[in-house]
Amino acid sequence: MDVLSSLGDGFVVAFTLQNLLLALLGCFLGTVMGALPGLGPSNGVAILIPLAFTLGLPATPALILLTSVYYGAMYGGRISSILLNIPGDEPAMMTTLDGYPMAKKGMAGEALALSGIASFVGSFFATWGLVMLAPQLVKVALLFGPAEYFALFTLAFATLGGIASRNQAKAAFAAALGLGIATIGVDGQTGVPRFAFGEVHLYDGIDFLVAIVGLFAVSEIFVFLENHRGNADADASKMKIGRVTPPLSMLKKTAGAMSRSTVIGFIAGVLPGAGASLGSFLAYSLEKKVSDKDGTFGKGDPRGVAAPEAGNNAAAGGALVPMLALGVPGSGTTAVLLAMLLALNITPGPLLFQQNPDVVWGLIAALFIGNVMLLLMNIPMVSLFVRVLLIPPKYLMPAVAMISFVGIYGISGSTFDLMVMVGFGVLGWVLRKLDVPLVPIILGVLLGDQMEKNLRRAMTISDGDWTTLFASPLSIALWAFAILGFVAPILFGRFFRVKRREEDIGD
Amino acid sequence: MSDRIFGVIGLFLSAFYVWQATLIQESFIQDPVGPKAFPVLIAIVLAAASLVFVLRPDPAPHWPAAGRLFEIAMSTALMIAYALALPEAGFVASTTVAAAFLSWRLGAHPIASIIAGLTIAIGIYVVFHLILGLSLARGPWGF
Repeated sequence: MDVLSSLGDGFVVAFTLQNLLLALLGCFLGTVMGALPGLGPSNGVAILIPLAFTLGLPATPALILLTSVYYGAMYGGRISSILLNIPGDEPAMMTTLDGYPMAKKGMAGEALALSGIASFVGSFFATWGLVMLAPQLVKVALLFGPAEYFALFTLAFATLGGIASRNQAKAAFAAALGLGIATIGVDGQTGVPRFAFGEVHLYDGIDFLVAIVGLFAVSEIFVFLENHRGNADADASKMKIGRVTPPLSMLKKTAGAMSRSTVIGFIAGVLPGAGASLGSFLAYSLEKKVSDKDGTFGKGDPRGVAAPEAGNNAAAGGALVPMLALGVPGSGTTAVLLAMLLALNITPGPLLFQQNPDVVWGLIAALFIGNVMLLLMNIPMVSLFVRVLLIPPKYLMPAVAMISFVGIYGISGSTFDLMVMVGFGVLGWVLRKLDVPLVPIILGVLLGDQMEKNLRRAMTISDGDWTTLFASPLSIALWAFAILGFVAPILFGRFFRVKRREEDIGD
Repeated sequence: MSDRIFGVIGLFLSAFYVWQATLIQESFIQDPVGPKAFPVLIAIVLAAASLVFVLRPDPAPHWPAAGRLFEIAMSTALMIAYALALPEAGFVASTTVAAAFLSWRLGAHPIASIIAGLTIAIGIYVVFHLILGLSLARGPWGF
């Protein structure tokens, strides 16, 4: 098997002391970031990118560090969901529904252990899915020309808006805003400055890391200031854990839930724009339909804990498939990981698999290793992470803010970039108030350059004939899916969206 | 109402964007579409979305009271000041002040927040500069 020998090479890359230590560090940081409410996977990874970059880590170790953080955050989110009824990050929202009732029944330890195992199952099989599916997708991607790529980018924006947001217009607005920001600076094709207003700092364009850290991390600080949530919601007396091993009978009972949820989660992750939150939502809803015969869901049913955790971790692995194989991220956090690749001058997509197989397969091997580390960390050592929850945000958020500044200042040493970052923070806060999703903005800033380049390349090939965008069957199919992905939620999404809103209010 | 205002701002933004796009100097190197077409496409999407906000607004979000808004404005001003102060006063001094201010505004006792500010500044300095070798802003005292 070709794939298996590549994977073997990947393990050789990953099994160096430095990479193993980075994976360990990433897993630890990720779990902490996932567990702390207010520090999700996207802003956690966003803060670390500039740091990894300025520390001069080469591509493979940097990626190993950050994807370990990514996987770790998916594990960590469950801890505060179960113990405090507050999701540590967005994908862990569904875990509160049965996790917290279980903890109230005095089974917090079992719930933590079970969800840890479910997380492991979800990400382990999803990583195998990544190994199998990504090379196949690469073969398809090799057929893509500039016109198809342009259609693919449009598809990513359309489905992202359709699935991840409640209001299509707001998602479209966000995408256009991001693309608009990406056009600032000297035009790569003809060398003329655009939208720079004579400001020298803008000739280079706006660094996407500045935009990402501003939109995610700095705006989060404003949210905390607004709500004046300086004190920890955690209360040490509430957090009695008990035994952290699930009884075998519980594992047997939840095995079906885990396997169904893994499949659903992985598919949700692979679809562009859906990501882990949708994965856990679908997994929980499906499991409730299949298994909830006695009405025990929502009252502390172990299957209701296992399903969303397996689902969100599987989706996290699935979301890496389109990111690595096509260069089109499947979720907010993978968009941030894409930023990392671009910052390291690596363009993901089919060429990545041919030119830098060590990066791809080293990364995948590191995911397997990280996953085992996470399982070991998250079951016996879970009480350590529980203690982290006791740090009040009034001390934590200033530290997060300062580390964000350090990272951005480290890249360029420019005060101007810091001010742009603060500007993005304010913008991000206002847009969050208005329910405008931030992920399409990030995706726009990241992909804008590629999207325009492909459009203009296609036009150059066809000598200005716009019908070339719809000329091949592949591109017609992509356009059809894009339109479907954008329009279908408007027509059929009512039910789904109403349901989600109820869940939002519920927490 | 918030959405309507937001939509109007969006419409102005896209008009401004198109106007700026028409001002782009054409270069002698030219491809069939040129540097203006893509921005115009984006502006159309931006304007269409903004129009939807004006015509079919979502219910207004819950805006914080004036006091909270002032708080956010103050913190923004502080972060800008921090960015400007970094090269002048060095990393540790400016970070102590900025972190202390933020933790005070998040509800820490003034004395506790000063301690927190110092701890954060020195902690970051030790971990990122002394251990990891990242270059931080150097002030008049070299740290």
